[in-house]
Amino acid sequence: MSWDIAMILTVDGLGAASIYLLAGLGLVLVFSVTRVIFVPFGDIAVFGALTLAYLETGRIPPTIALVATLAALTVLVEIVRLIRQGTHAAIPRTVLNWGLLPLLPCLPAMLLAGGDLPTYLTVLLALALVVPITPLMARLVFHPIADASVLVLLIAALVMHFLLSGLGLLFFGPEGFRTQPFLRGAIEVLPGITASYQILLMIGASLVLAALFFVAFERTMIGKALRATALNRVGAQLVGIRPAATATVTFCLASLLAGFVGILIAPATTMYYDSGLAIGLKAFVGAIIGGLSSYPLTALGSLAVGLLESFASFWNGAMKDVIVFSLLIPALLVRSHFSTHAEDDAEEEV
Amino acid sequence: MTALLEIKDLHVGYGQVEAVLGVSLELEKGQIVSVIGPNGAGKTTLLSACIGLLPSRGTILFDGEPIGGLGVEARVARGLCLVPESRELFGEMSVSDNLLLGAYSKRPTRSELLARRDHVYERFPRLAERRRQRADTLSGGERQMLALGRALMSKPRVLMLDEPSLGLAPLIVEEILRIVHDLRQDGVSVLLVEQNALAALNVSDYGYVLETGEVALHGPSAELISEERIFASYLGGV
Repeated sequence: MSWDIAMILTVDGLGAASIYLLAGLGLVLVFSVTRVIFVPFGDIAVFGALTLAYLETGRIPPTIALVATLAALTVLVEIVRLIRQGTHAAIPRTVLNWGLLPLLPCLPAMLLAGGDLPTYLTVLLALALVVPITPLMARLVFHPIADASVLVLLIAALVMHFLLSGLGLLFFGPEGFRTQPFLRGAIEVLPGITASYQILLMIGASLVLAALFFVAFERTMIGKALRATALNRVGAQLVGIRPAATATVTFCLASLLAGFVGILIAPATTMYYDSGLAIGLKAFVGAIIGGLSSYPLTALGSLAVGLLESFASFWNGAMKDVIVFSLLIPALLVRSHFSTHAEDDAEEEV
Repeated sequence: MTALLEIKDLHVGYGQVEAVLGVSLELEKGQIVSVIGPNGAGKTTLLSACIGLLPSRGTILFDGEPIGGLGVEARVARGLCLVPESRELFGEMSVSDNLLLGAYSKRPTRSELLARRDHVYERFPRLAERRRQRADTLSGGERQMLALGRALMSKPRVLMLDEPSLGLAPLIVEEILRIVHDLRQDGVSVLLVEQNALAALNVSDYGYVLETGEVALHGPSAELISEERIFASYLGGV
C-alpha cells in the first residue's frame, strides 16, 4: 500500500469514525442511564436520513404519520394506566406531554414540506421529526419493564429494531435514497491528498456535537442528574431524580444524536430502510471498547472501528465487516482482563 | 399536636417473608426519634418503606397526608429524606457535584443553590477542603458527612438516618451525632436508626425498640436508658 492510498483511506476512515462516534455516544448514554442496549439506534438514524431525503425532493415525509401514530398510542396507553391507578387529575398533563408536545414538529413539517426548502430548514425539520420517535417508542416499550434485567431489555430492544425496520419499509418503501451533499468540492489537506468538504463537515460536526455533549454533562444540572442516575440509581432516587424523567430525556438526546447521524451519513451513503442495523452494530463495537460506560474510550473505539473498516475495505472488501467485528474479541479479552466484576453486575445477569 | 410523620400498622415484606409486622410510630416536628434494635429487627426495611424504595401495606402520613402511594421522588420533594446505611453517593462525581444534586428535588435558583452548599461547607469544613475530590476517594467518616450534607441540601423536614455511626471511629461518631443533635435547631425532625443504642438514645427525645419486625417497647429516651431490660438486651451493660 502506498502512502497516498493510506492517507485516502485514513480520511475516509475518519469520516466513518465520526458517524460511529456519535452513534457510540448515544449507545453509551442510553445504556448507562437506562441499562438498555439500544439496538434500534441505527434505525432511528435511517429515519433521519430518509426524512431528509423526502424533504429534499419536495415530498411529505411519512415520518409525520409515524410520530402521530406513536403519540396517539402512547397517550392511549398512558391514559389507561392513569385510570387504573385512579389518578385522573394527571390526564391533561399526560395528553399535553405525550400527545401534543411530540406533534409540535409535525405541524411546520406538514405546512412546509412539498415546497423547495433551503437546506438548513430541511435539516432542522428532519431532526425535529426524528426527536420524538425514540422517547415515544421507549415510553411504550421500555417504561413498563424499566426494572427488568438487562437481558429482557435487550430482547425488547431487538424486537423494537425489527419493528422499526419493518415500519421503515412500510413508510419509506424499499428503494434507497442518497441526499445532496451539504458542501461540494474538496480541499488539499496534504500535498496530493484531497479531502472533500463533505467529509470534513462530517468530522467537524461530529467533534462539535461530542464536545457539546461533554459540556452539557459536566456543567448543566440535568446533565449531572443523568450522570448521577447512571452512577447510582438508588442514590439518584434519594435526591429526588425521577428515573422515568431521566429516561425520557436520555431517549430524546439519543434520538437527536441518531438524527444527526442520519443527516451526516445520508449524503455519503445510500440509505435503505434496513441500513440501520449495520451502523448500530459497528457503533456498538466502539461502545464495547468503551465498556458501555466510558465516553472517552468509546470515542477511541469509534475511531478504531472507522479506520479499521476503511482499511479493511481496501485489503479485502468482502471481509470488511468480519474484520471490524473481530475487533470485539481482543476488546472483550482486554476488558475482561482488567475489569473487576462488581456485585450489582452479577445481580443483573439472568 | 399532630405528628409530622405518622406510621400506622405498617407491614413490609420481601416476597413471602415479612420483615416489618404492623409497626406504628410517630415523629413530631423538631423531635429526634430513635429506632433501636438488634440486627435483622427490620429497622432498615422500615426506613426503605417510608421513603418508598420498598412497597408496604399500612398507613404512612406525612404532615397529615397519606404518602404511601407516592414514588420516592414525590416523597423527597415533600421534604422526606433518607440517608441510607450504604450512603448511595455518586462515587465518580466530585464532592461539590454530589452536594449540588442533593437539592435536585427543590430546583432552587443558582444563588440559593450555592448558598445552601456554602452552608453545608460551614457545617462540614472537611467537605469544603475536599470539594473537588471524587466522592469515592473519601474516608468513611467523610462519606457519611457528604451523605448527610447532600441530604441537608434539600432542606428536608424529616431526615431519616440509617446507622450513621456504622463502621466509623468513635470520635467521628461523636461528631456525627452532635451534628444530628444540632439539626433540631434548623427545624429538621430526625428519625434515627441505630444499633449503637446508647448513643442513639442519648441524642434522641423518644425511642422505639424494634424486635423481629415489631415494636417491643417505646417511650421517652431517658426512660428507656434506665429501663433494665433494654440495658441487658441491647446496651450490653455498657
